[in-house]
Amino acid sequence: MAPSGPIQVRGEVLSVRRVGAYFHVTLLAQGVAERVRPGHFVALAVGGESSSMLLRRSFSIYRAQERGVYGGTVEIVLAAHGPGTSWLAGCRPHDPVDVVGPLGTPFALPKDPASCTLVGGGYGSAPLFSLADALRARGCRVDVVLGAGSEDRLFGVLDAKRISQSVTVTTDDGSLGHRGRVTDVLPAVFARADTDVVYACGPMAMLRALSEVAAAHGVAAQVAVEEAMACGIGVCMTCVLPVVGDDGVTRMVRSCTEGPVFRGESVRWADVGTVPPDCLGAPLPAGGH
Amino acid sequence: MVDLRTSLGSAVLPNPLATASGCAANGRELSRFFPLSELGAVVTKSVMLAPRSGRATPRMAETPSGMLNSIGLQGPGVDAFVEHDLPWLQAQGARTIVSIAGGSIDEYAVVADRVNGAPPGSVAAVEVNISCPNVEDRGLVFACDPMAAAAAVQAARRALDPAIPVLAKLSPDVTDIVTIARACVGAGADGLTMINTVLGMVIDTGTLRPALAGVTGGLSGPAIRPVAVRCIWQVHAALPDVPILGVGGVRTGLDALQLVLAGASAVSVGTVVFNDPSAPVRVLRELHDALEERGFERFVDAVGYAHRSFEQEYA
Repeated sequence: MAPSGPIQVRGEVLSVRRVGAYFHVTLLAQGVAERVRPGHFVALAVGGESSSMLLRRSFSIYRAQERGVYGGTVEIVLAAHGPGTSWLAGCRPHDPVDVVGPLGTPFALPKDPASCTLVGGGYGSAPLFSLADALRARGCRVDVVLGAGSEDRLFGVLDAKRISQSVTVTTDDGSLGHRGRVTDVLPAVFARADTDVVYACGPMAMLRALSEVAAAHGVAAQVAVEEAMACGIGVCMTCVLPVVGDDGVTRMVRSCTEGPVFRGESVRWADVGTVPPDCLGAPLPAGGH
Repeated sequence: MVDLRTSLGSAVLPNPLATASGCAANGRELSRFFPLSELGAVVTKSVMLAPRSGRATPRMAETPSGMLNSIGLQGPGVDAFVEHDLPWLQAQGARTIVSIAGGSIDEYAVVADRVNGAPPGSVAAVEVNISCPNVEDRGLVFACDPMAAAAAVQAARRALDPAIPVLAKLSPDVTDIVTIARACVGAGADGLTMINTVLGMVIDTGTLRPALAGVTGGLSGPAIRPVAVRCIWQVHAALPDVPILGVGGVRTGLDALQLVLAGASAVSVGTVVFNDPSAPVRVLRELHDALEERGFERFVDAVGYAHRSFEQEYA
């Protein structure tokens, strides 16, 4: 059996490559790759050892290879929208990067061959390609829907064509594919592919809308959420969201540890960003906490 | 090799390195990165009587060399903690300092009583968190008032076996921390933990609104280390015989040494764990080496050392 659980390793940047509006970063991270399953993420320290940026940045794993030319590698895709991600995007080959991973609870895979639709928003599509490999290895049908604001914000269209039965692209501005949102095209894809399970990763608003469409069509949804995390390892309690358990009780659960992958119908999307009054341990109406 | 043994009241620890409350949960997650038995102590996340959901998100904002949090003491409640977490920590060989909190003096007494009912040997000390700034009513921060601080400490002290040392965790957000420290010691605290987070606020310049759902939050990380060193210095100068668990912005062994030289008998690492999950054992190693390089044979000889040289040179 492969080793499991996260480890902390001093990794090394092998390459940083521009892909559309994003950066594709390959990291040498010995011991991490063989533990990775689709949906896992890594948490990277940024800015160097004495940086004033204290919090790690978490990224879903695009690809993990146990035996690359240099050893085990992990690949991530990022948008350089803050000082931490910009630092990573500016790294050069052989720069050291401290890596903790793999983290989180990965996607649940169907036991029997099923028809699976994979939906990615922007660079949120990154973890879907290794997932597709795992699904196809189980004899599943894989269809892909990729959406973004504009063409340069799509990630992995060529990859998707290689691994799937069909690829549908949507952009908000119509620069490629269908003009609109992924949820506009999902019912047709579900019908054409006779979808059993939809897997998704992307912005929270997309996941919410997608979960509703999936529920309306009787399709099971596995969604990887994006919540701000301070630690990524389950100790800080910053990345919580309201999730209904199998016992029907809502709890504020950590997206880093119990997630990032949740069943779409278990997340109380309308209440994300709040503590619902019926949540376990919610503040009392009078006094509160 | 430096003799690293130390003590916090009657709690004898093999070394002075501890986690900080709220930054290590109840130990399980960090145990994936190093054996908890290697630390002097694990300080668990403050537990209250009933399960608590904590506050709404966003609960966190990164700041220069630190972060702001408004978690709101999310946790399972003391009964689940005593039943599940304490025995597990004991089985790991960890020395556990249990952090307790309450919304009322009564709650401190009841939570302390439940902790007191834990199996013998599973509780090395109890830290009474009278300074969490994330209760919704700032009037409930006991640590800002000497009478309220003393009442909370006394409630916990009375409920606990006298053999279990009680540490009062103080807030730096007070006019005179020495007054609060004296009140807590007068109420039966065997030691003090300093400091808790500093109340702060971040405004998101994109949304033009407070960045945290809780509006204000606790600032932690290296940004507050000078505040911690100052508080420990002041209290150690006034109460040299009261042991102090130093907390606040420790990232390296030299940071820990500063707190020790100011008067801390042990040191917790908190927010840096989010940056480096192995930080507790790394800082311990670095502290050992720093003491050795400076010619200390025993850790305890360094406690409060900065006061001594100060008096000799400038008295």
